[in-house]
Amino acid sequence: MKFLPLILRNSWRNRRRTLLTIASIGVSMCLLGVMIAMYSAFWLSKPKDNQALRLVTRNRVSLAVFLPLAYQQQIEKVPGVRLTMIDSWFGGVYKDAREARNNFPRFSVEPEKLFPMFSEWTIPEDQKQAFLHERTACVIGRDLANTFNFHLGDRIPIRGDIFPGDFEFIVRGIFDAPSNSDIMFFNKEYIDQAMPERRRGQVDTFYVLIDDPQHSSRIADSIDAVFRNSTAQTKTESEQAFVVGFLSLLGNVRMFLVWISAAVMFTILLVSANTMAMSVRERVREVGVLKTLGFTQGTILGLILGEAVAISIAGGAVGYLISTVLLKGVQRSPMGGFLPSLRVVDPLIAAVCILLAASIGLVSSLVPALGASRATIVEALRTTD
Amino acid sequence: MAIPLSYNLRNLVVRRTTTMMTALGIALTVAVLLAVLALVNGLRVTLSSSGDPRHVIIMRKGATSELTSLVTRTQFQDLKFKAGIANGADGQPLASLELITIISLEAEGSGTGDNVTIRGLMPAGIAMRHNVKLIAGRWFQQGTNEAVVGKSLADRYPDARLGKKLRMGRSDWEIVGVMDAGRGAQESEIWGDVNQVAADWNRVLYMSSALVEATDAAARALVNSINDDTRLDAGAELEQDYFARQTQSATPIEYTGIFVAIIMAVGSSFAAMNTMYAAVARRAREIGTLRVLGFSKLSILASFWIESVLLAGLGGVLGCLLVLPLNGVTTEVGANFSQLAFGFQVTPASMVAGVIFAVALGSVGGLFPAASAARKEILTALREI
Repeated sequence: MKFLPLILRNSWRNRRRTLLTIASIGVSMCLLGVMIAMYSAFWLSKPKDNQALRLVTRNRVSLAVFLPLAYQQQIEKVPGVRLTMIDSWFGGVYKDAREARNNFPRFSVEPEKLFPMFSEWTIPEDQKQAFLHERTACVIGRDLANTFNFHLGDRIPIRGDIFPGDFEFIVRGIFDAPSNSDIMFFNKEYIDQAMPERRRGQVDTFYVLIDDPQHSSRIADSIDAVFRNSTAQTKTESEQAFVVGFLSLLGNVRMFLVWISAAVMFTILLVSANTMAMSVRERVREVGVLKTLGFTQGTILGLILGEAVAISIAGGAVGYLISTVLLKGVQRSPMGGFLPSLRVVDPLIAAVCILLAASIGLVSSLVPALGASRATIVEALRTTD
Repeated sequence: MAIPLSYNLRNLVVRRTTTMMTALGIALTVAVLLAVLALVNGLRVTLSSSGDPRHVIIMRKGATSELTSLVTRTQFQDLKFKAGIANGADGQPLASLELITIISLEAEGSGTGDNVTIRGLMPAGIAMRHNVKLIAGRWFQQGTNEAVVGKSLADRYPDARLGKKLRMGRSDWEIVGVMDAGRGAQESEIWGDVNQVAADWNRVLYMSSALVEATDAAARALVNSINDDTRLDAGAELEQDYFARQTQSATPIEYTGIFVAIIMAVGSSFAAMNTMYAAVARRAREIGTLRVLGFSKLSILASFWIESVLLAGLGGVLGCLLVLPLNGVTTEVGANFSQLAFGFQVTPASMVAGVIFAVALGSVGGLFPAASAARKEILTALREI
């Protein structure tokens, strides 16, 4: 530890090189930081309290096959279930579907249950009441309102496809949500009445609110068990698993993240190894002098490894800081809707980033450090760069 | 007078380790870019080889994909006898009413469900798709719950292999055949009799789309005549145009990939700068000597800059080599809410683009070191050790 000042001084000797290396590692590390954060939000993180209380029940065959309305009562009888809400993907076309931003998600729901179900969303009480009391009313997320500059009282025309017909919804409420809220909800009664008799009472998914997150998998299993011998079998999973399942639609995201991370890590390794090799090569004579002064092989090894680790840690820290900025962007993007548990600042991920950087630095400098520490005094002193 | 190129080449060879490390770093950056381009390219090839120039697809006006389109049986009856539609071997018009839906299947070793396209179609629909050939078993019989699966789909999902029974809408279907569609999108589909599929999904009136084959060269005219038919009230487009539009589903992947590659490029150009600065520092005396010999500042600048470009170019070529094994590897992405399998396609054009990308990166990274080399005073340069 007493050599720390020496290590820092050494790494600061060629300022330009050190800064360039830190910048290079930092830029690559920020990509890695974003990918680690996304990976952990998808597959490792525990859902937040509210989300952990929600399950989604759908038809086992696929989302394109409906469930009978009568299932609702049976699901509500399952012990541990507090509330169920019909939630059907409406699809439809707003203006021109060819423009990506027009394809925001739209769901038909039971209005009185929407905000109890998603208790983390906030909406003024009078707007909520207006949504409950008008059949053609809709509520939209703040992000959606901002995208199209929608205001209370605006009319949003949607042409149905899964549920054929022309519908017009009046914006009666705008709610705030912690994650991306490019989303729209309206009353399922309004849609049902426009459907022919045989299309009424068809449900895409049931959202289920349970009493204790500890029991979520047990409750999910018992819901599915109720319908095991029915014509329409169900599949119930946590909301988080349901949302991540949607992601598989975009392709093998997991593989994509892992491969790019590997490439980025290897690049950092090369950059750092190159820098250390260069600075060690310049200093072979110095190593000879240090050895003459009585520095042991181990100390010299430690000095060089320490320098590499110090530089990589600086790079890792810079990278992590940049990654938080990028993550904020990810959270606000449509992708953010898939990442409810993504946190912009997460001490654990910061620690992972910096540890990763440190270990990359250590590995990358091993070869030049070993070479320098093993050189004999005479050899080292004789070198002329 | 210009400094000969061989001077730069030899310099790169003398400092092999540094050269290779820097070049490899650049190579990885280029490899990430090329891998993403290959992915998008492969998708384009698959989609463009899926369409036949004589085919016209009819969907609901404004629908962007078959899954969200609706066509009624009445509309189809009117459509079938339009002028310009070719007749099949049986003297009937080559027109097929089709129903598209999805089921969830579990890929081998994944544990999660992917959405897979089910297509109900008429015998004319099979006859029309000239690129699709049966490679095992037999075609399904009309009026039975039998299905034929695409080859790449059967490879990925054990539940969809020849002889298996698949649970679809409300009943079990037997897989009686496997089809090969070359590289077409039909490789990722399951086909059955349209009436059976409709019954199984409880969709009596509304099917999804219709496909017709035009008599030679009349396809474009047929599209216009259907679009202008106000009584029919449906939208038509060339099947090729339809598939070309589906490539949009790869846009997010393409942009993410390019974004990642650019960030990595910033990192690698810092690393290249580092290498070149070190080269300039180590060759201070050489630079002085060159100046004494009469080479101008400009030719020194050019020489060092060219060296950096050469270094980056080497990295670009290495990157191409790294990506080549990826050529032909199959993967899948989600298009229109269902999985589509295709192979990576590394094209010569994208490889050229990769090398240009590397050279651009190297020329930016090399500019400052080259300038610092050119600025060196002759005397101080000669005096440096």
